[in-house]
Amino acid sequence: MAKGWRIATLEEASMVAKGIKSLTFSLPDWEPSVPGQHYDIRLTAEDGYQAERSYSVASAPERKGVVEFGIELLENGEVSPYLFSLKPGDQVEMRGPIGGSFIWNTDMPGPLCLVGGGSGMVPLMAMLRHRQEHLADEIKKGRHAVFLASVKDQDHLLYYDELRAISAADPNFTLVITFTQSAPPNWDGFRRRIDHAMLQNVFGGIAGDMPMVYVCGPTPFAENAASNLVEVGFNPHAIRIERFGGGGTVVGPEIKEERS
Amino acid sequence: MSSMLDIVPDPRDTMIETPATMLINKGFQRKRETDDRLPPGQYREYDFPVLSLGPTPKVGTAEWKLDVDGLVAKKLSWTWDEFNALPQENVVKDIHCVTKWSKFDTAWSGVSIDTIIELAGVDESATHLIAYSYDGYSTNLPIEDVRNGKAMVALRYDNAAIEAEHGGPARLLVPHLYFWKSAKWVNRLSFTDHDDPGFWEIRGYHNYGDPWKEQRYSFD
Repeated sequence: MAKGWRIATLEEASMVAKGIKSLTFSLPDWEPSVPGQHYDIRLTAEDGYQAERSYSVASAPERKGVVEFGIELLENGEVSPYLFSLKPGDQVEMRGPIGGSFIWNTDMPGPLCLVGGGSGMVPLMAMLRHRQEHLADEIKKGRHAVFLASVKDQDHLLYYDELRAISAADPNFTLVITFTQSAPPNWDGFRRRIDHAMLQNVFGGIAGDMPMVYVCGPTPFAENAASNLVEVGFNPHAIRIERFGGGGTVVGPEIKEERS
Repeated sequence: MSSMLDIVPDPRDTMIETPATMLINKGFQRKRETDDRLPPGQYREYDFPVLSLGPTPKVGTAEWKLDVDGLVAKKLSWTWDEFNALPQENVVKDIHCVTKWSKFDTAWSGVSIDTIIELAGVDESATHLIAYSYDGYSTNLPIEDVRNGKAMVALRYDNAAIEAEHGGPARLLVPHLYFWKSAKWVNRLSFTDHDDPGFWEIRGYHNYGDPWKEQRYSFD
């Protein structure tokens, strides 16, 4: 069980979307996470001041020895700008994996429904990557997975190449993207925020098959998606939500830090 | 005559205590306010973030009920109007979420758990309160942590009805512990003589949850 703070070393860093960076750390006493879990990262300043934040794990547990995060840069953030400045070899303290509710693995029954907004796609990617590690079994079981991703525009779409590759390789996987601000040229898909009609269209067919649904993204996004999913007919107990951040208003001298 | 004690160095002089993880992140600087009112690892939030495990239950006051049972002289069940007619208190408290945000000076009004304990005639043998919510959630508290003004069933936040997202129509309020103990959409209070870990407590979160001891997770 992951107990104490350990020192993790940055192995790789690369941008995966506008304002979102993938950071992969190795750490001693690594243990596999359950897809959906997160780590806490702690920074200590020279004067002893400490700040802690939680970040969802993007990598599948099958990728041993490392944890990958997808970190969004917040303009007036305290921790994210520092993480963005790290170079391979740099170190931070972290502990985990943590989380006992927003979790999924291939042992769970039923179709897998994923609804992600912006950087909310990160923990959902861990679930999908884990599923890909067991693809032969998943196909044998006949389990379907549907991923509805909502982003402002193509620049902000994380892991797009990887998702397209998964789409091509996995006959039981459906990827649906909606662009809420501007769509690429020749786009014939959705061009709006998630609403009842869209969810009905994307998930209506499997709502009755006892799916597990995972919703992740900024709070207003998650609230909107979840309440619409309930109206489409999903059992509220089968809907798990991870909300990144507050209601969206800025009060006080700084923009509130999101959980991611 | 020198004794052995003079020439054998005291091991405490040479042992330097290096905590296993004492890493300084060069170039990292505080950007958030500092405050004695902030427990370890927390930052001050001005907004009121929403975190729940699932969709927000929509419970109307017309059908709302609060049940009290367990080791009580009298099982009770209040409708919204009946509950609102009970004596109420106003409190202003800091609240601390396990996800690291703290919000200061939040104003609540509601019925003190002390009032409920008295009305129900909770037995002396009761050691715990288990609180249940409309969405199937539960959380557990030692009875001493809900007595003597430490807890209430809150009916109003900031002088207005509590929004559904924030646990309305009524939520438990136990501000001295991490806020997952302040069960949203509370509908049943059960006084027991044994502990009964609730939803987060069985999923890796700390059984007690004192923010000043940073008791976030079960291994803290």
